[in-house]
Amino acid sequence: MAENLIKPENLVYEKTNAMTDRVLHYCPGCGHGTAHRMLAEAIEELEIQGETIGIAPVGCSVLAYYYFDVDMTEAAHGRAPAVATGIKRVMPEKYVFTYQGDGDLAAIGTAETIHACNRGENFLIVFINNGIYGMTGGQMAPTTLENMKSTTSPRGRDIKTMGSPLKISELVAELPGTYYVARHSVHTPANVRKTKRAFKKAFQYQKDNKGTCLIEVVSNCPSNWKMTPVESNKWMEENMFPYYPLGDIKVPQ
Amino acid sequence: MAKKGDVVIQIEKCKGCEICLASCPQSVLGMSDKVNSKGFKYAVKVNSACTGCANCAVICPDAAITVYREK
Repeated sequence: MAENLIKPENLVYEKTNAMTDRVLHYCPGCGHGTAHRMLAEAIEELEIQGETIGIAPVGCSVLAYYYFDVDMTEAAHGRAPAVATGIKRVMPEKYVFTYQGDGDLAAIGTAETIHACNRGENFLIVFINNGIYGMTGGQMAPTTLENMKSTTSPRGRDIKTMGSPLKISELVAELPGTYYVARHSVHTPANVRKTKRAFKKAFQYQKDNKGTCLIEVVSNCPSNWKMTPVESNKWMEENMFPYYPLGDIKVPQ
Repeated sequence: MAKKGDVVIQIEKCKGCEICLASCPQSVLGMSDKVNSKGFKYAVKVNSACTGCANCAVICPDAAITVYREK
C-alpha cells in the first residue's frame, strides 16, 4: 500500500456544512438524501447559508428541517408556496425555497403551486417527483405513470378512470410568472452534478428578482416501487424518463 | 497514470443501498459481510484502484463517504 492519502490537504469531497450531522430517516437508496445535499451544496457554494429560509412540506421529506442547516419552517400539506409567498414578501432580501414531493405539490397543493407560479413570486420550488405517495405507503399520486401499480391502483393506473399523469413542470412553464423551469434527476453522478448547477442558477435568478423557479427532480422510491435501489434507478430510466424527459423546460429568453 | 485516491465510509451512516457500487468506475467498493448497528450491510473498499473521482460520494444519499485524492 502506498502512502496514506487521508490527510486534510488531500480532501476532495465531504458532506457540506449546510447540512446537519443528523442521520437521514429516508429509506436506503432514496433520492431525497441526494437532492437535499445538492440543494445544501448550492446554498453553501453561493455563501447564502445565513440568508436562506426553507419551507418543509408534508410527505416523506416532512422532516427536512432537521437536515438543512438553514432557517426552516413547516407548512400545512401542500401550502408551502403560500407560506413561501408570505415569507418572501416580508423579507424580500432573503433566499426562499420550498421543498415538496409530488403528493404535496401536485395533488393537495396544486392550487397554491399554480397561483404562486402565476403571480411570479420570487422563490425556488424544488419538486421531487417519484410518482407515488411514499410516506403513507405507496398510494397512487397524480404523477403515477400509466399502468403503474400502487396500493390504490393494484391493477395499474387506468387512464380512462384515473386520468393521465400530471406534468406539473410543463404546466407551470406556460405561465408568464415562471422564469426558469427544469427537470433533473439524481440517479447518476453526472445527473446529480447537473441538478446542483440548476439549483445554483435558480438561486442566482432569485437574487435578481426574476420570478418563480421550479426545479423538478425525478426520483426513485425503492420501498414503494418494491425494488432494490439500483433496480429502481434502472426502472426510472426506462419508464419515468420517456414520460418525464430531463432537461430545461423554460429557460430565460 | 491516474492519480491515487482513497475513500472513508462512515459505517453507521451507510444504509447499504449499493448505489455507490454501481457508480464507481473502478469497482473499488463492495459490501461488507458484517452489519452496522442498524442491521445494514455497509459499503467497504475491496481494492486500491480508487482514483478519487468522488462519484460514490456525490451519489451517496446519506452523505456517508468522504473522498481524498493525492495532489
